[in-house]
Formats: sequence, structure tokens, C-alpha cells
Amino acid sequence: MVIAASATRDVSHSDALNRDSQSESGFKAIEVQGVTKRFGPNLALDDVSLSVEPGSVLALLGPNGAGKTTLIKVLTTLVVPDAGVARVAGRDVQTDAKAIRSLIGLAGQYASVDDLLTGRENLELVGLLYHLDRAEYRRRTGDALERMTLTGAADRPVKTYSGGMRRRLDLAASLIGRAPVLLLDEPTTGLDPRTRNDLWSFIQELVDEGSTVLLTTQYMEEAEHLADTIVLLDTGRVVARGTADQLKDRIGADVLEVHVADSADLQRAATLLQPLREGDDVQIDPDLKQVSLRVTGRVDALLAAGRELEAGGVALDDLAIRRPSLDDVFLSFTGRPSSGSATATTDTPGSEARR
Amino acid sequence: MSDLAVQRLSVQPDSMSLRLALRDFYGMTRRNLLRIIRTPQLLVLSIVQPTIILLLFRYVLGGAIRIPGLDYVDYVVPAIFLEAVLIGGMTTALTLAQDLQTGMVDRFRSLPMARSAFLAGRTMADLCRSALALLFMIGLGLLVGFRFHSPIGACLVGIGLIILFGYAFIWVYACVGLIVQDPQTAQIAAILPMFILFFASSAVVPVATMPGWLQAFARNQPASVVINAVRALFEGGPLSSNLWQAVAWCLGILVFFFVISLNLYRRATA
Repeated sequence: MVIAASATRDVSHSDALNRDSQSESGFKAIEVQGVTKRFGPNLALDDVSLSVEPGSVLALLGPNGAGKTTLIKVLTTLVVPDAGVARVAGRDVQTDAKAIRSLIGLAGQYASVDDLLTGRENLELVGLLYHLDRAEYRRRTGDALERMTLTGAADRPVKTYSGGMRRRLDLAASLIGRAPVLLLDEPTTGLDPRTRNDLWSFIQELVDEGSTVLLTTQYMEEAEHLADTIVLLDTGRVVARGTADQLKDRIGADVLEVHVADSADLQRAATLLQPLREGDDVQIDPDLKQVSLRVTGRVDALLAAGRELEAGGVALDDLAIRRPSLDDVFLSFTGRPSSGSATATTDTPGSEARR
Repeated sequence: MSDLAVQRLSVQPDSMSLRLALRDFYGMTRRNLLRIIRTPQLLVLSIVQPTIILLLFRYVLGGAIRIPGLDYVDYVVPAIFLEAVLIGGMTTALTLAQDLQTGMVDRFRSLPMARSAFLAGRTMADLCRSALALLFMIGLGLLVGFRFHSPIGACLVGIGLIILFGYAFIWVYACVGLIVQDPQTAQIAAILPMFILFFASSAVVPVATMPGWLQAFARNQPASVVINAVRALFEGGPLSSNLWQAVAWCLGILVFFFVISLNLYRRATA
């Protein structure tokens, strides 16, 4: 099954353009159909299908080992799928690999830049290998360095760079070819929040210039911030897809969070709230002294919970209702919290959380 | 979505030409040469080992070994030249494994560059380093009493043969690096064949002094054939069919491991 990513990005400054291009949809920047890849006994990708509209961003969201990197490798012609078809700009990765390589820019999770070369030498080498002529790759290198605010460090060996600088250089390297499709494998993993925000802005700018982006991430926040479409990947399978809002709507409920004053009350609070729950079971987190559950009817549920708990004599620290986060979405679709997210629901071993 | 995005996607990529492939080769060679220049410790390391072997056999063991009709220094030093390029080639395995581990190979393989340029650039840069090490060893050899006794033309052919042999083995080590994919293992995996080839040969003692079972191997393996040819070229002994055999060995090894390496590279990924 292939769903079309409906971009919700604001392009009001070019509304006329926008209408035109939507009428000629059907041409996908990236198209993956039934791709399966096995490494020995491990099924890294299991019948994965997705598509990315030109000029949009798709985020592949999933924990370590979900198959995100493998899919990137299929699309960058580094790994040949066992079954299925993958196309970039309408070209098959297996039969038209050479052409695809000049249409893609790759930024890897391991910041693959040469640490003995300077930033400038790295970018110029990549430019040369994209078969740009000398004047052109020098100009683009200068531009990319400036854009990534690396001009000051341009002539220092990369081994003297900080982690954030390496990532920026790696991203710069993926830009040198002005490739229309960017494949970013966990572009911000391990970066501090400020650097992450900077990179998000850069990626957003690139999309505004007509780049199509497929990125992988473990961060809900990142997917929510950047992506038009989110595909949830778990153990090689697509478990859900849609916009962030669509995914939240599919859970169809808000989350009620109750913080009790005394951990001894946790179980009792859970029992009292049981009748209010919608869908999944009530979750107990002893570390946070928290009980959470999905509910419908926002205010009514909140008030009902307050009444029940007061009548039951449970002392509260906090009582709140919130829209489901993507963490909740992940939990609901995969049956466990997203390990990579900083705001993941903690579900420590030995806790009494049931589901 | 924008027209711009669709328009950018419909660009026709240019096709590969020999000129572009050579340019890729130049770019990769330059990258690797820069890496060599910026890690002088590796360069020194590749000279230290043959230097120790040279001094060991010249001054410690050499006195006990008699070669009929030849000074031992003139017998052993050409072999140590060969050992120097063999040792130099080991770095190829190490650095290739490093490139695989750090994801550099993924980056290069995702670029529209000529596939062969990655390995060709790597091996060409390593050949330059080996040639540099050889130059140093020749200087050292002359210092400890080694002398060329042939006309300069023959000596240059001999040096060329050593370099060709070194280049062939760089491709062997390229295979090792691509197979083990781990820098530490690569070093260990590369050292064993090196020692077998060097010591189970006519490098430091005549093959005739070895036990019979070893003689058959030692006499016919490529390092012996090449060493004998090089000695004949430097010292003016009987060359017979040695030179052509030596060249055939080098070219055979080169072509065989070039093809295997290229295939391994196509499949390799970090």
C-alpha cells in the first residue's frame, strides 16, 4: 500500500505555483514498494512501502534496529534489496544506480567526513566527485561553508572540529552536488538542542528551495518539526504513517496524567480511574509517581477523574490532560515506548506498568 | 510541493566518461596523499621495520652466513628493498578498513564517481609512499656497504621490478582490508602472509640450505622469483628467464587481486 504524502507546508508566497504542481502529482521523488532486505537471520526490512512527494519531507521514525538505515542504504544504492522496487526520481535503484547517485545527497549518521583533511578539502573533493568543474565546486564549497557557519574553521583539519561542526560539514557535503533528493540518516543524533535547532532551520531552508528530503530519526520532536509525513518503522515493518496530526487522531483520545503524592496510592488510583479509560490499559510509572490513561471527552474526563480520586481519598500532586504526543503514538502502535526520545514515557524494568 | 522540486528532479545526469573517471582517480589519489603527508608517524613506522631487519641481517646474523661468489650485504640488501615495499603495502589494508569503518566508503559509493577510482586512488597513493620508503632504504643500503654492480639501466629495471611487485601486493592487501573490514584485524591479517613470503624465500639465505619440503615452496614462490631477478639485475648475475617469470608473477597477482578487490568494494559497506 502506498499513501501519498499530503504536504501541509506553508507555501503561501507561491500559491499559484503550488496549485499548478499539485495538479501534476503522480510523479514521486521517492517511491518504495514492497522492499524486503534480509541480513542473515535478521529481516531488516519487511515489505516496506512508502512514497515521498517532490519538495516534501518524510521522516522515518523508529528505534535502533528498526531498519531506518537499511532503507537509506537501499535508496543510496549501497544495499540491493532482496525483493521489491525502490525508485528515486522515477529511476530504479537497481538498474539506474549511476544516475541516482548524481541525484542524491547523503548525510550519514556517523558523520562521514575525512578527519585528516580540512573542511574545505573535504567539500572540494565531494564537489569534484560530483563532476563539477573546478571553479564551480570552489564556489559551492565557499557557499556551503558560509551557510553552515564553518568559514572560520574551513582550513582546519576536521579532527579539530566539535561533534556539531562535523555534522554541519557532513550536511554541507551532501549539499555540494545540489542534489534534488537529500537522504539524511539521523542528522541530529547526539547533538545539543541548540545545534539541533540550527540544523532544523538549514533543512527547512533546503526544502524551501525545492529539495525533497527523507530523514531518519529517533526523535518524535524532530519528526513533528520537520516532516510533512511520518512513517513509523518497527523491526523492519511500517506500523503507521500519516501527518503528525493524523497519527495523533488515529489514537483518537487525549491522555490523562495523574501524579499522586504518595506512591502507595498508585495502584488504588489506577483502579479508580479504570472505568474512564479508552482503549489501552492504564499505565503506572512508579518513578514519576504517575498514572496515565487515554480518555475521551476532555473536561468531563478531567472532572470525573478529580471526583473519583477525591472520593477515594487519593492525595494528588498534579492532574492534567494533554493531547497525545508522538511518544504516545509510538507506544500505541508498537506496544512499547520510543527508546530514543528524550521525553519518552519511562517504562523501567520492574515497574508495574501493564498493557 | 513546488514546481521547483519537480523541475530539479528531472535533471538529466551526465554519463561517465574516461576523462571524468581519470579526474575521480586524481581526486582520490590526492585525498590519500594528503592523508599520508598528515600522518608522518605511519610513514616512519613503515621504514622502521625494514631498517631493523636490514641492520639485523647486515651486522648481527650476516657474519654467520656465507654466499658463494657474493658479499652477503649485496645478497641480502636487495631482498630487504622488497621487504620494505611489502611492509608498506600493509598500510593499504589498514587504511581501507578504516574507511569502511568510518563510513567514508558509504559516502564515496553514494557519489556519482567512477567505482574503480576509490581503490585506484588508494593504491596509487600507497604506491607513492612505498616508493618513498624504497628510496630511503636504498640510501640506507648504500650507507651500510651495499653497492650496485650493474650498468645503470639494469639497476633501474630492478628498482622498477621492486615497485611493480610492491604495487601488486598493495592490491593483495586491499583485498585483506576489504574482507576483514576492521583496522586492528587488518594489521594482524596482513602481517602473516608478509612474513611467510619474506622468510620462506631466497631473501636472507639460499634456498638450498632449507629442508627439502620447504625448498619446493621457497624456490617457486613469487617473492623468491622476484628477489632472484632483482639480484641478477643489481649484481650482474645470470638472469635467464627469471625476469620474465618475475614480471609475469607481478602482473598475474596484480590483475587477479584487482578484480577481486573491485568486486569486494562493490559489495562492501560499513
